[in-house]
Amino acid sequence: MRFGVVVFPGTWSDRDCGHVVEDVLDADLVYLWHKDRDLQGADCVILPGGFSYGDYLRAGAIARFSPVMDSVAAHAARGGLVWGICNGFQVLCEAGLLPGALIRNDCLEFRCEWTHLRCERDRTPFTVRLAPGQVVRVPIAHGEGNYVADPATLDALEQRGQVVFRYCDAAGDVTAAANPNGSQRNIAGIVSEQGNVLGMMPHPERCAEAELGGTDGLLLFRSVLEAAAAATP
Amino acid sequence: MIARVVVVPKPVVNDPQGVTVRQGLNALGFHEVADVRVGKYIEVRLDGDSAGEARRRVDEMCRQLLANQVIEDYRFELEDRRG
Repeated sequence: MRFGVVVFPGTWSDRDCGHVVEDVLDADLVYLWHKDRDLQGADCVILPGGFSYGDYLRAGAIARFSPVMDSVAAHAARGGLVWGICNGFQVLCEAGLLPGALIRNDCLEFRCEWTHLRCERDRTPFTVRLAPGQVVRVPIAHGEGNYVADPATLDALEQRGQVVFRYCDAAGDVTAAANPNGSQRNIAGIVSEQGNVLGMMPHPERCAEAELGGTDGLLLFRSVLEAAAAATP
Repeated sequence: MIARVVVVPKPVVNDPQGVTVRQGLNALGFHEVADVRVGKYIEVRLDGDSAGEARRRVDEMCRQLLANQVIEDYRFELEDRRG
């Protein structure tokens, strides 16, 4: 099981993700420069947080033209795992690998704080270690995490069970007060129809060690390891 | 030739920047301001002589990169700067 962490100019969470993979999980890691087309055998490709290409034009708009993204799209089409976190989620939406878009937070502020997420679906390779309805505590750090899609797309996401995480309060109630950015239906993370591409705004890699204030993020990383092990004959 | 491209949030998409600017204008006494949408203005300088071809190409640029049609509408005008 090998994780590949993509590095665009302006990516800032690549080392955080790499640290969790290598030092916390003791798993195989490779960094993938945005000009590389070779995914070097990565089973799960992580598009980390940051400001790829300075967020010029729109967040994620330029990164999707990087050579590595052709390989990432092909990997996703083959059923390979792709995990976009924060800016990575924005890139996946711009690339059309996930529906919808992420616009400016409704509060207009960059929000950097802990949030609670309710797991809406455990049957994804990223959430097998979670239970439906389980509340995890994961931090956010973004200015443009306000998820929007047209009503038909949102209804389709709900019907197919593609909404994986919603912002909620500590008790697990999905409320307007618990929504940090104005996301429609409190959506914090979604998967592709096939379930192998996850985009989420919160940062699980920043809560994978007790020293950092929480370890709930590790549940997602361990889920990927478990799913990969189950998929290997 | 120069293409002047304007990109604005779709009417159905909430525009937090626009709402905040409207509130600011209202607070300054511009009570007639009912709505504000904040978008982008992009100038593209093109080589070539055919306005029809330029129009077709700029439309393609808008679709592929300059606007995200999930959340934005675009319009543009061409100005022939030759001579």
